[in-house]
This record gives sequence, C-alpha cells and structure tokens, in this order.
Amino acid sequence: MSAPLVALRGLTVDFENGGRMSRAVDGVDLEIAPGEALGIVGESGSGKSVTWLAALGLLPAKARVAGSVRLEKQELIGVPARVLEDVRGKRIAMIFQDPSSCLNPVHRIGWQLVEALRLHRGLHGKAAEAEALRLLDQVGIADARRRLQDYPHLLSGGLNQRVMIAMALAGQPDLLVADEPTTALDATIQAQILALLGSTRRDTGMALILISHDLGVVAENVDRVAVMYAGRLVEEAPGTDLFGAARHPYTQGLLAALPSLIGPRRRLAAIPGTVPDPWNVPAGCRFAPRCPVAEMRCTNVPPPARSVGFRHVATCHRQVEAGYSVWSLPQALPQAAE
Amino acid sequence: MSALLEATDLRRHYQVRAGSGLFTAKATLRAVDGVSLTLAPGRTLGLVGESGCGKSTTGKLVLGLVPPSAGTVRYRGEALPAVGTPVWRALRRRIQMVYQDPLGALDRRLPVGRQIEEPLAIHEQTTPAERRDRALAAMNNVGLQPHQYDRYPHELSGGQRQRVVLARALMTGPDLLVCDEPISALDVSIQAQVVNLLLDLQEQLGIAYLFISHDLKVVRQVSHDVAVMYLGRIVEQGEAESLFAAPAHPYTRALVSAIPTIGPRRERLLLQGDPPNPVNVPSGCAFHTRCPFATPQCRAETPTLQPMANGRLVACHRVHEPALQVAA
Repeated sequence: MSAPLVALRGLTVDFENGGRMSRAVDGVDLEIAPGEALGIVGESGSGKSVTWLAALGLLPAKARVAGSVRLEKQELIGVPARVLEDVRGKRIAMIFQDPSSCLNPVHRIGWQLVEALRLHRGLHGKAAEAEALRLLDQVGIADARRRLQDYPHLLSGGLNQRVMIAMALAGQPDLLVADEPTTALDATIQAQILALLGSTRRDTGMALILISHDLGVVAENVDRVAVMYAGRLVEEAPGTDLFGAARHPYTQGLLAALPSLIGPRRRLAAIPGTVPDPWNVPAGCRFAPRCPVAEMRCTNVPPPARSVGFRHVATCHRQVEAGYSVWSLPQALPQAAE
Repeated sequence: MSALLEATDLRRHYQVRAGSGLFTAKATLRAVDGVSLTLAPGRTLGLVGESGCGKSTTGKLVLGLVPPSAGTVRYRGEALPAVGTPVWRALRRRIQMVYQDPLGALDRRLPVGRQIEEPLAIHEQTTPAERRDRALAAMNNVGLQPHQYDRYPHELSGGQRQRVVLARALMTGPDLLVCDEPISALDVSIQAQVVNLLLDLQEQLGIAYLFISHDLKVVRQVSHDVAVMYLGRIVEQGEAESLFAAPAHPYTRALVSAIPTIGPRRERLLLQGDPPNPVNVPSGCAFHTRCPFATPQCRAETPTLQPMANGRLVACHRVHEPALQVAA
C-alpha cells in the first residue's frame, strides 16, 4: 500500500459551551491514500463534519483541536495560518451541503471562479477566463460562456453545486472533501452530481472524502467507509465488507433501520433511544446505552479498535461473529401479505 | 369499500409576476393541475415527487387549508364544508396534519403535555383532569413516558418531539392523517422508530394516511398505494411494491433508478437538466424536456392517466410500446 495522502492521529476537538467543555471528536485515527474514495457515515452530532473542518483549520477559535493531521510530510495542526492557506484550496478543497450560501451573491460566477484561479494557480486575464470556461465545461454546465455572467441566485441548486465543484477543482487539489454535497438536492439532481464527482475523480486522480448520513449514497460512491458515532470512529472497512458484513452493533443497527427499495418489506429494526448529548457522553463505549449486547465492561471501559478482517476495524468489546446481526430481523410486515 | 377521501380534478393556480423590472407580465403558477385521488379507510397513499411538484399543496388542498382553484374534495361521500364553519370545525377533528419540523409545530413556551391536550379543549367539553388522563394515554400510545408531560419542546429530542406532534394529532380520534415529510428531519436510527410507530398506530386505530415524502424508500415502507407527481400532475399511480419494482412512466423510472442503494448496482436512467419552472410548464407532456423517449406527439398533446393491464395508472403516450420497455 502506498503512503497515505492524509493521516489523522488521535484527533480531538473540544468546544467550550457556556462554561462546560464538550468533546465533539474524540481520538480519531484515519488515513486516506492518494486517489482513494473514502466515505464517512454518521448521524447528526457524530463529528463526521467537524473532523474535517478541524483538519483544515476551519473551526472557530473557541474550538480546541489536538492530535495530528499530516498531509504527506506536512503537519497541519498548530501551524501558522500561512501554511494552511497554501494547503486549503490547492492541496485539499472542500464543498458543502448548501452551495448557494457558499457562493458570494453579489458577484458573478465567472468573477468568483477567476478569483479562485488567481489565488490558487496565479492565473490572470484571458488565461484565467479560458480556464474558468474549461472548468464549467468539465462539470457539465451547458452554455458555459453565458453562465460566467450569471449571479448565483439565477442558477438552480444543482447548477450552483456544479459551480462549487468547478471552484474546488480550480486549485487542482489532491483531495476533495465533500460534506453532504447532495443532501439539499432532489433525487434526480443528486444522481447527476454524484456521477459528476465520480467521473471527475477518475479523470483527475484526486482522492475524495464523501461525508454523508445517507448509507446508499456512500455505498455507491466510495471504496472504503468509516462509521462515526458520538465523536468516535466505530467501524472502518472496504465498502463491500462494511455493507455486507458489518461487525459493530451500531453499523448493523443503521443498516437494519434502513428501508429498502426492492424485495419484500420487513419491519425495520429501530435502534432504541437517542444519540447522547456531547457534554454528557457515557464513560465506556458511547453506544453501550443503546446496544442490545452491551455488557458491564462496555459501560465502564472504552473499547479498543480491533482488526476483524482485511483492513476491517471495529471498535467494540463484543467480538460479533461475521454474518451475525445483533438486531434480530423481525418477520415481514402484515400489510405486505395482502 | 367506500372511499374515505375522494379528490377530483383538484387544481390550485397562483397569480405571480414573471420576470423582473417595472413591466412584469402576469403569469400563472400551476402548483397543482388536475389531481384526482381516492383513499380508503385504514389505508396509506404515498405521494412522492421532487421539490416544487405540488405534493405539499395537494396535502393542504385535501385538508381545506388552501382553497382549490377548481375541483372537489369529498370526505365520506360529502363535499368538504366551507372553511371556518362549525361543520368544517367538527370535520377537522377527523382529519389531522403532521408536518416535517416538529419544533416549528410546537409552542416552545408550553409543556408538551398541555399542547397534547389542546385539541380536546377546542373540540370537546372536558374537564382538565379528563384531558390530562387522555393526554397521558395518547403519550403512552406513541411511546412517550408520563414524566415527559411537563417537559418543554427544547428538552426533547427530534424523534420525541415528532411523537408529541403525533400524540396531539391523535387526541381527537382522527381517521385520516395527512403527513407532510413527517420523518425527513430525523436521523436514520430515529426515522425507523417513527416509521414503525406510524405502522403500529394504523394497525391499532385503523387510521388512513396521506403520506407525502420525497424519500422513496420510506414511502415504499409505509404505503399501500403510491402516486408519483411531476409539475402539478400525477404521472403514475399504483400498488407500492409493484410500482417500485417495475415503474412504467419514464419519470418514475428515472426517479426510482436515481435512489442510491446498498447492494448490487442497478442500471441508472440519468436525466439531463433540472425540472422546468412551474410558472412555465412545457407544452404537451410536462416531462418531455427531460424524457429520453419524447416524440413530437409528447410535445403537443398532454397525456392523461390511463389504466394498464395490471391496474396501474400511467400518463405517458409511449408506455405501451415494447421498444420503450426494452430501452429501460
């Protein structure tokens, strides 16, 4: 295996909130190889977005970040802002859920693209304009020359997200972090944008981190998946292993809670309870209060990360057998029999 | 079986100003343009479509919250009475609504128990003690603990708040619940809890649901029948499992194939472009601008819903052509 492009080691993020500290990210170790597509899955408050905002130094000052984030040889935590400015956009770019709030409403699309090209690539004048045109073409925007003159409010959500992707590509990054890039979009538009991200990755060889709450989106678009719960990494595996043979009770629960689009309808296995508040997390395994197979040690001792297969890691005391789900799947729905 | 709810040729048009500047032309936004649907007691009709297709407006029309521009809604065979009249008020006990954002639907300054009781204070002559007892019973029904009676909305999680909204809607013993994206704001693990609760309540109480959502997987899970909307019209309607297994209308096919799933890869029918602006609906079949199978006939004539051999209703000129089925 090649050396990792980005490696997180023991990354922690604390927020101070009204005098009490809450830990949003708690000791995350994660690597991504050059050109790899990694999915980060988790529910709201799991720390999946905060992890990457922290890695790029994009959190407000009241957040305390500790641990290590390395981009190849370069450490990114605790370095001067100048160093980060050379990384953001050029080496690692990020796109977000709501494209229209990331674009400047008072400037034309073309102006904003040219600005990015000037900052990241030092392009000016005609050369910058030609490159902006090429980028809009690359992200599949028809009639690109006219679109350069448009303001963001004239474009639909899907088109704005394409512009954001074009802008992220402007710096020719080695890694694109896409944080819920299609959550605000309609299903048919989501399919277009995900297809675009996939083809762009194949064409440019950049690595992709796809952060999403939608397991289906992640399953279809990445090679490897990491699952987060309440600030910790609970399971990490190649996509086929994670979705086919999950070993952590939380991952298994997420999969069992998902209705399917084909096959007979069955009653969903709902994980009881709710996600713990960040200022009041359980002492041991954070999933223990909701876990059907939790034991005494799960409540008291944080579980270690264990290798359970090839590149497959589960952070769980209980070594759940492969092919066995802790959530017994109940019988088919009565209405399906009609 | 007689229908609980019968909507015929519902239309809702809005006058809007198109364009910008001083001399704007008046234009008509056809939010809902000829929707007919029937719902039997104790059954669920799922209404799916992308944003702006008119599914939420249809829900409001059914409740009488928005007056229709044309068309009728009949409840148990009788036309909906005029909004605001005593008859209408009495009827509203039987038809309730659940929205996407439970925090927006609750009063932040009142304990949730008091809010659950409120429909009784409006609709029935009851004593405070009676109301409290019935509120506690309803809370038990939706899986809330008695001690949560005195909690304020901000003290509850999103899933618990949606349970409060459901308990409140159930207080007057409705036989129809219009649910507009009831679980879209919830996390995956909580969504499953609420979906199961909705199914349990239907089984126990025999409530019918008009279930409006953009989430096809959830709609398939809860619905007996499904209607697919595109730009104010129903383009396909039929039994839920068969509709998702073998969608017939090209738009339904694209929509179903666009849903990301876990498991074997499926063929994807990738649509070009965005849905058109509802102020400026294309002529003929509104989908022809994005349809890979469109012909000159599709641009000129608006297709109507026609029954297929399997009972499915489809509004497409080319749906019977074998070539179209092969191309899928």
